[in-house]
Amino acid sequence: MLPPLLRRKPAVAVLMCVPLFGLILGLVAYPFFHALFLATLNKAETAFVGLDNFSFLFGRQTFWMVVRQSLLFALVAVVFKALIGLAAAHAINTIPTKGQRKWRGMMLIPWVIPPALSTLGWWWLFEPTYSAINWGLTKLAVPAVPWLSDTFWARFSIILVNVWVGAPFFLIMYLAALKSIPGELYEAAEMDGAGPWQKFFYITLPMIRNIIAITTLFSIIVTLANFDIVRVLTQGGPLNTTHLFATYAFRVGIESGDIPLGAAVSLFMFPMLAILAFIILRNVRRRAASLA
Amino acid sequence: MADVTLQNLVKTFDTVEAVRGIDLRIPNNEFVVLVGPSGCGKSTVLRMIAGLEDITSGDIRIGDLRVNDVPPKDRNIAMVFQNYALYPHMTVEQNMSFGLRLRKVAKSEIRGKVQRAADILGIAELLGRRPRELSGGQRQRVAMGRAIVRDPQVFLFDEPLSNLDAKLRGQMRIEIQRLHQQLRTTTIYVTHDQVEAMTLADRVVVMNAGRIEQAGTPDEVYHQPRTRFVAGFMGSPAMNFLNCQVTEENGHTVARLADGPALPLPAEQAARVRSYAGRTLVAGLRPENIREAASHDGGNSGGVPHDISIDIVEPLGRETIVYFRLGDSTLCARVGTEVHPRAGERTSLVFHPDRLHLIDPETDLVL
Repeated sequence: MLPPLLRRKPAVAVLMCVPLFGLILGLVAYPFFHALFLATLNKAETAFVGLDNFSFLFGRQTFWMVVRQSLLFALVAVVFKALIGLAAAHAINTIPTKGQRKWRGMMLIPWVIPPALSTLGWWWLFEPTYSAINWGLTKLAVPAVPWLSDTFWARFSIILVNVWVGAPFFLIMYLAALKSIPGELYEAAEMDGAGPWQKFFYITLPMIRNIIAITTLFSIIVTLANFDIVRVLTQGGPLNTTHLFATYAFRVGIESGDIPLGAAVSLFMFPMLAILAFIILRNVRRRAASLA
Repeated sequence: MADVTLQNLVKTFDTVEAVRGIDLRIPNNEFVVLVGPSGCGKSTVLRMIAGLEDITSGDIRIGDLRVNDVPPKDRNIAMVFQNYALYPHMTVEQNMSFGLRLRKVAKSEIRGKVQRAADILGIAELLGRRPRELSGGQRQRVAMGRAIVRDPQVFLFDEPLSNLDAKLRGQMRIEIQRLHQQLRTTTIYVTHDQVEAMTLADRVVVMNAGRIEQAGTPDEVYHQPRTRFVAGFMGSPAMNFLNCQVTEENGHTVARLADGPALPLPAEQAARVRSYAGRTLVAGLRPENIREAASHDGGNSGGVPHDISIDIVEPLGRETIVYFRLGDSTLCARVGTEVHPRAGERTSLVFHPDRLHLIDPETDLVL
């Protein structure tokens, strides 16, 4: 016989949720509030300094450069990931179902290899003197490119690698969304006189808009918080011109030993992402309600 | 408005031959219903006419134009799909006007056409709503509205009522009929429901296994079926089939039903089947041609009474369906409500031979 408390359904439900609450508390709430707390301490973590760390950051040009770089990086990378993912998803969707699995599997490879590892491969490809890319370019009589030591090319390289790693995620989300559109809608559109582009703009896009929004939001969050690609390829150089929030926070917090300042850097992302998430999810909910 | 002509139309999917040589001419203004069981190829034929399915061989003509290689949008046809296929992100008005907008029709003209179609279908007050805010019947009307506004040469309907409940299906059937009377557009309608086929069609085309079994008026396919399949498919409850032998008895040609009565054949039919004397044939008799003794419609005139034992009784209100056994076969009879048969009871039923169909079991053709 169960004790009386466990015979009540709500009590059992709450009990069963406890492990989840525990995980959220331990892995999300605690680190977040601890970071908030850290960001209000002085460098030695001995005194409360309020918002001094933030005002210090706001006065530094390097910090604003990191903000600009992070936004540029996230914007360009997410746009390309979305476009490439959509094009690839469309291409795979047109292959007969039998052959699709093979292509889907191959396209997912960049996404499933741990990025730190695959980025090492890219780093090797970008190596200025001995790498395959520059060797190939010089064979074609094109001057070698300083992939990681010139500001423009270094930014280009980290965006390229991020797109390479992240596009398959968009591909798989879009492919699932495309498959959920009833074929009859396209047939009806065909009878209505729609060509391929009109079907895409009037049927496909509106039907997968929610998936696009959610995937984009998710991707913006992980792209803005990217760490491993920059860390392996450029360590933020040359001259801090490829630092993102996470790598810069690591630089000032861990490598320069100012953990409160590093916490302040990483917290700066939070309100931006929160507002973005709120706007996107609100639109998604509205659209979902109108389509259901 | 236009004729539609199908010539030796064939469709093969990989190794399966779904449509095996269809020849059919649908004159202008006609309402033709393709009816048949699932997988008989009727929807494939419709989709080939629509241009949504390639043609393996044969020709389709709409008017004078051979349309085999003409894309759907240039065939000037409109189709109503089984699941309506309304665009969920567009309002009713946008759904209906989509085709016209793509064709760059002037806005004022679009508005007029949509309003007219909405008035015809009684959905004028729904124009601002989205499909999810509509009931099944309303969605069906919008789907028809989308077809009407295009003012096409041919309407194609692909089992449009199969997702509706029985009552609504009855109402929509009447509306489709009314619509056709009003617009007189050539219509090709696919269904597996023989009631829809009988009630809507100017001409019913019964299909089976990729072929046309028979094409004719509803009356013809019901009363003069050409094959055993048509005889069995049209009508509910279905026609009774049982073995019989044609013999001469007392100077009359009769069909002696296995373990049942001997039914004298009308002179014309007797002449047709005399050469089959002595062979086992299949007799087809509709439930309404087996009645209770002394029924109200003319007593037992011409009928042959026979004692049977009642198996199952299905009272339907305006009539009662009685199942009984005759030898190895279970047969079905329609009796009036004035008699109250009970399962297990023995009673006398009257077999009316005037509508007896005799079928050659080797060819399955009605003789």
